[in-house]
Amino acid sequence: MYAALWRAIPGPVWVKVLILVALAAGILWALAYVVFPWISNSVFPEDVTVRE
Amino acid sequence: MLGEALVTLGVLVVLYIGWYAWLNDIIVGGEQTRAATELQQQWAEQSRDERGERGGPGGPGAVPAPAVEALSIELAPVLAEPSATNEAFATLLVPRFGADYARTIAQGIDVSAVLNSRRTGVGHYPGTQMPGALGNFAIAAHRNANGAPFGELLDLRVGDRVYIETAAGWYEYAFRGLEYVLPNEVDVIAPVPRAAGAEPEERFLTMTTCNPRFSTAERAIAYSVMTGWYPREGGAPAELSAMLGGKA
Repeated sequence: MYAALWRAIPGPVWVKVLILVALAAGILWALAYVVFPWISNSVFPEDVTVRE
Repeated sequence: MLGEALVTLGVLVVLYIGWYAWLNDIIVGGEQTRAATELQQQWAEQSRDERGERGGPGGPGAVPAPAVEALSIELAPVLAEPSATNEAFATLLVPRFGADYARTIAQGIDVSAVLNSRRTGVGHYPGTQMPGALGNFAIAAHRNANGAPFGELLDLRVGDRVYIETAAGWYEYAFRGLEYVLPNEVDVIAPVPRAAGAEPEERFLTMTTCNPRFSTAERAIAYSVMTGWYPREGGAPAELSAMLGGKA
């Protein structure tokens, strides 16, 4: 999976590394700001209130 | 191939836990604090405009209003309860939670709309009283994750001040005690906490959060009673103006 990704990215090694770092940063941002909040909201909604 | 997928999944789970327990509080907590500070500044500017105190540096508007003694709690105005969910109407200031602690209180206790909000985070139980009214002003917030507005709720000590700021001024409460209850014990938010049906003669503030931390098995309840009222034109309470450096 990751070997195929490495081959699919064009350019010399340093360009590949740069692209991968940018890709990883984008994925981490999307996780922290979009995916994880969504999971926290809809899969594990934590109630802190008292109700009947 | 399968091995790589499983390792990726494992990394994602670890990232989620790290986000949930740590990173999320920093991201969301920061956003909630900024939103509350913006609201406070907006009220302060409004009030200065109304009094015509728009001066340049050195003008009357630049001088922090002097701190005064609290007025009688009977003089405190009572806001009408907002009808829209997540409508912000007050900020919560608790010196025990830190000098820069400020969170926005909004209408409703809906978990995803209010309690998980990046701008508000503290929810007012619909139907409970508003600040300054005889009865119980009941609010809820997370103790962990989503900014954790009540992360340090159990650090409160008897006599600690809790301030509710609105456009009109500051409602001052003194913390009285903690209680641990089951999630269905709704009489903690009754007009007289734990005495449903009784006629209120005091102004209570009840804060509810989850207990133990990272669990929803029980609720931790913090009770306070109103002790003072500071109208905005008279200046912020001394404890707060010292904290804010005259910002309010």
